[in-house]
Amino acid sequence: MTEEMKRTASVLTPVLTANWGDERAWKIGSYERRGGYEALRTALSMEPAEVVSVVKDSGLRGRGGAGFPTGMKWSFIPQDNPKPKYLVVNADESEPGTCKDIPLMMASPHTLVEGVIISAYAIRANTAFIYVRGEVLHVVRRLQQAVREAYSAGYCGPDVLGTGYDLEIIVHAGAGAYICGEETALLDSLEGRRGQPRLRPPFPAVAGLYASPTVINNVESIASVPSIIRNGAAWFSSMGTEKSKGMTIYSLSGHVTNAGQFEAPLGITLRELLDLAGGIRAGHELKFWTPGGSSTPMLTPEHLDVPLDYEGVAAQKSMLGTKALQCFDETTSVVRVVLRWTEFYKHESCGKCTPCREGTWWLVQILHRLEAGQGQEGDIDKLLDLCENILGRSFCALGDGATSPISSAIKYFRPEFEAGMHTPAWELFPYERSTVLVHEGVPA
Amino acid sequence: MGHGEMKTYFDEPSLDYEVTETLIDDGVREELLQIAARYPQARSALLPMLHLVQSVEGRVTPAGIEVCAEILGLSTADVSGVATFYTMYKRKPVGKYHVGVCTTALCAVLGGDEVYSRLQSHLGVGNDETTEDGMITLEHLECNAACDMAPVMMVNWEFFDSTTPQRACEVVDALRAGEEVSATRGARVVSWQQAERVLAGFPDGRADEGPTSGPTSQLGLRIAAERGWRAPDPADFVSADETDENEETR
Repeated sequence: MTEEMKRTASVLTPVLTANWGDERAWKIGSYERRGGYEALRTALSMEPAEVVSVVKDSGLRGRGGAGFPTGMKWSFIPQDNPKPKYLVVNADESEPGTCKDIPLMMASPHTLVEGVIISAYAIRANTAFIYVRGEVLHVVRRLQQAVREAYSAGYCGPDVLGTGYDLEIIVHAGAGAYICGEETALLDSLEGRRGQPRLRPPFPAVAGLYASPTVINNVESIASVPSIIRNGAAWFSSMGTEKSKGMTIYSLSGHVTNAGQFEAPLGITLRELLDLAGGIRAGHELKFWTPGGSSTPMLTPEHLDVPLDYEGVAAQKSMLGTKALQCFDETTSVVRVVLRWTEFYKHESCGKCTPCREGTWWLVQILHRLEAGQGQEGDIDKLLDLCENILGRSFCALGDGATSPISSAIKYFRPEFEAGMHTPAWELFPYERSTVLVHEGVPA
Repeated sequence: MGHGEMKTYFDEPSLDYEVTETLIDDGVREELLQIAARYPQARSALLPMLHLVQSVEGRVTPAGIEVCAEILGLSTADVSGVATFYTMYKRKPVGKYHVGVCTTALCAVLGGDEVYSRLQSHLGVGNDETTEDGMITLEHLECNAACDMAPVMMVNWEFFDSTTPQRACEVVDALRAGEEVSATRGARVVSWQQAERVLAGFPDGRADEGPTSGPTSQLGLRIAAERGWRAPDPADFVSADETDENEETR
């Protein structure tokens, strides 16, 4: 890239979101008019291993939270294993604050479907599943239709585009369980069981769905694949930072003037995004925010200039997660917010591991009395002690995630928890002030 | 609850086994078999099969559990274990419209708590209860992945984005009056049982209704267009090798 190009580089780089304003963008014709399914033809003209190499070279990392290199994950599939290989798309988007995959699948389901076909071809899978959460009816409809359209066009089904490659795609609606976003719980759920995580190893690449080699990727990761195949690994890796390549979707929500979705190269800062969003709502200022959903430790205004890439956020002892930037202003009680998140984890704990099942229960009880101004001596230390006993002591990351908001909130806002010994949160932070309803004249 | 016991959501009443009548007939059984045939291993079909049971019965019934168990060669305890794990499976009859209000942190703070409490008093029902006319079941929900459009209400799992207490009441009033109501991002609202049929994998032909996306979904896109921002031009990244190859193939 020349120096001049670098200087004029765009702050926002719509690729996955580029067609979200198109008329009937969800139809195959609309998608093809923008060059959709050209990448599939390109991929099918390559050896599967070459497709894996291109995705590896692009530097694409998982967009569902963990940030594991996608191409590397694919290369772990043992091709000498005689069992069938499976591709499973994790479309169970439910991490509080996260709202990027649902609009992607509603607006442009074919971006995902094309990515599914290319990715399944790359790992030599003949069956792919899209596990979508059940609570999004219209997204399920659009996915079902997109897959039917792809079959009719010969992009999937037997003998894809005359290449001899066969692929079945199954759209599978879940039934309400955050834990099924955890990849091994998702597999159990997809096998028709209660969605509870499995102990690893073995990893899904070796023994996943039906104990067969399985790749599980987030919607946005798979949806990024067609653009990489079409435009090249160098194009993709020209965006982003040293170890966090490409464009990604940032979801800005909460007390901002204009909430919304912003697709930018990895490494943009919250300050830049807030500038585009018109800042925090008028007359207010940022108090705390999450970089990637409620399971990522919260940050404060001092972190406004942290590059939002995998390394930048990790350096602040948090995680990039799903890039779900939930912003709360100074009217908000951090104790109340943390309680609600903790109630979420308690409700969603699958019950398999004792520290998570019992621990989230106790956390909620203590936070409830702190919210009500009835905290007891030692409650804050007890919260931290409980967090220490949950963190790292369960099969999956749900329990770990439950501790993040609590320990980070106490780190930055301990006096607010101390106030919970004597004053209810709703007196310190009258709740009607933090709603967005008063601004439209609706009585609180 | 007995002395010294904690009540958890695991203690919620199980299925009502006293009700034995069922609407599951040979046609439904045939469709359940169709679902099972979609998967490499039939048991994978259990979640969609239970969605279909709900679309027929209005809840998960003992007869529904038995037929799923029989088709998949499982015990009824196995099937019950699954049916009681997932929040979308209901053990009590659900109203014609299931109205959910997100009260996870962000929606709650931005107004979801008020929407939910206003609906409770407006409808005169508590959580997970149904109005006497059988029209509306109210439930508070965990995050439904539309945080940029908070507070979020769902009707039969269709999005009613950026709602207010007043608009929420207007929506339920219209539904109870039998009027046609459209989601803000989605289709004209169908009944809860019809929605369950779609989730079981039987499309209802409404995929083309509604917008491509919500206004907030397009915010970054609009700003990029105004400022002339775009992703890099792929033509700038064609390497010398690739150009050579292209020459050769020509």
